[in-house]
Amino acid sequence: MSFGTTHTARSRWLHFFAVFTWLWALAVISIGGLVTSKGVGMSVPDWPTTYGYNMFFFPIRLWEGGIFHEHVHRLVASVLGMLTLILAVWIWFSESRTWIKWLGGIAATLVVGQGVLGGLRVQLNSYDVLGVPGSIFFGVLHATTAQLFLCLVGVIAWVTRPSWSPNVLGSGVWTGDRKALWAAALTCMTLLQLMIAASMRHQHAGLAIPDFPLAYGHLYPPTDASFLESVNQRRVDVIDGGVVTAFQVHLQMVHRGVALALVSLALLLAFRARSESSGWKLVFRGWAGLFLAQFCLGAATIWTNKAADVATAHVALGAITLSFGVLATFSRSVIEQQGMVRLRSCPPAGSFLQSAAASVTGPTA
Amino acid sequence: MKNIIHLAALVAGSASVLAGDVTGTVTLKGTPPPEKAIAPLTADANCGKAAKGPVNTRHYVVGAASGLGNVFVYVKGGLDGKKFDAPATKAVIDQVACLYEPYVIGAQAGQAVEIRNSDPFLHNVNFMKSEAGNPTFNFAQGNAAKPVDKVFANQEVFVKLQCNVHPWMFGYIGVVSNPYFAVTDKDGKFSLKGLPAGKYTLAFKHLKAGEVTQEVEVKDSGAEVKAVLEVK
Repeated sequence: MSFGTTHTARSRWLHFFAVFTWLWALAVISIGGLVTSKGVGMSVPDWPTTYGYNMFFFPIRLWEGGIFHEHVHRLVASVLGMLTLILAVWIWFSESRTWIKWLGGIAATLVVGQGVLGGLRVQLNSYDVLGVPGSIFFGVLHATTAQLFLCLVGVIAWVTRPSWSPNVLGSGVWTGDRKALWAAALTCMTLLQLMIAASMRHQHAGLAIPDFPLAYGHLYPPTDASFLESVNQRRVDVIDGGVVTAFQVHLQMVHRGVALALVSLALLLAFRARSESSGWKLVFRGWAGLFLAQFCLGAATIWTNKAADVATAHVALGAITLSFGVLATFSRSVIEQQGMVRLRSCPPAGSFLQSAAASVTGPTA
Repeated sequence: MKNIIHLAALVAGSASVLAGDVTGTVTLKGTPPPEKAIAPLTADANCGKAAKGPVNTRHYVVGAASGLGNVFVYVKGGLDGKKFDAPATKAVIDQVACLYEPYVIGAQAGQAVEIRNSDPFLHNVNFMKSEAGNPTFNFAQGNAAKPVDKVFANQEVFVKLQCNVHPWMFGYIGVVSNPYFAVTDKDGKFSLKGLPAGKYTLAFKHLKAGEVTQEVEVKDSGAEVKAVLEVK
């Protein structure tokens, strides 16, 4: 690989590589989701070895049952680590923009940390951390870091496009953009939603509420001890998920509520964007479409009694939706000046809060 | 007078070592939900071959006259202050055709539990979480591996074993600090052998139906008990 080509040619290959890394990261998240959906995360009880073997030399004849999924997850995650390190080094030597070099460095750090978190998830599975079972604490942390990593690589892929400029989707003139604020809020809510979902999944509670759109036949289900006792007596899951608690029921109701809010806000944003440029209209409509599809997949997850493939698709689309939101917010909010990225609001020393204030008080020149 | 007191003490002492068997039946009131076929088991290449047919979950094993199987019966009260040596014999739980057999066993605290793998392929045995401070473990047990002994020092009903390679596999061990425990058979029958005469609280714990307790007075001739668990 030569870095001595023209800027455009060099960036194109770097961009392709970054996109490939993003796709690979999405695959790792999906396989990780499948591991959790199938409840086989602990089928390989050791780390970094696999049943005492160097993981790269673990005999294929032993890839059986849940071991297959967990071991494949570890292997593809290792490859992701290598891809990310290559990406960071490539960026370091080929990019002139310092802030993109920083992004590459952060991605490399994050992927190493994520690998360690995955190991801690296995090693400290039975210990409590801050009063939370290690399996849940590290599971949620591992899942959340994965989402953040995917978003970061998404941004890297986006800004290494040969044609990228901060104004690629429309006018670069800042006019007190409320939609940037809405996009940021929607993205933060999406991340929160994914963390709630990760918490639900890593508690292995199965479906704490088995019906939808109602919840145990109610708009909001009862959670008294007598009701929960009856619920738990009648759960006959194939994969024993333990007992349903009031906390788990409330958590799933919050997840449903946030999902509804996300879809509503995304549709509203798409509607409000009807006077935008065709590029931004497409972005906001596409984003709303992702939220709608994700909502339907969530319903399907319940209706199929959390079938592993459907639940995993729900995880993957959630990751895509978040990554999309980060890119939309990024594109809407930042501007590049003198080799540095800044928020659009008040260059050069503005803050997002100031832009938010400006958006509330109305457009400014 | 002194001799009379000695005699009374001797009688009292002998009475306390007289023992009877407590026998009984645990029944289930109400209609349990239907069991489910363990589809992933039959779909698995190894397990499907070993199982030789459809296999259902075992949440409620209900036999003749509504007798409820897999209920762990143990003395919960009435033995305060008494200490019992752990038996030299081992409790045994096996992994057969991708299921734990038996599904529920009992063991005394300090007694060795022998964990076997009769399957010609690998399982992992994961005791992930203890509510009573028993050390947790997660180990692999391969084809024709030697049995592994584990000792649980503290009373815990239930210790839950699971295999993550085959995530439908669960086995449960009722660990208590005295030797008076049993697991009901498929018709809900049980027997506690050699319980000294006296008054006790018996507990009947089922994985799904929960726990009920019952006071019982054991005489030299033993006692018979009927307990009812209810599915609401």
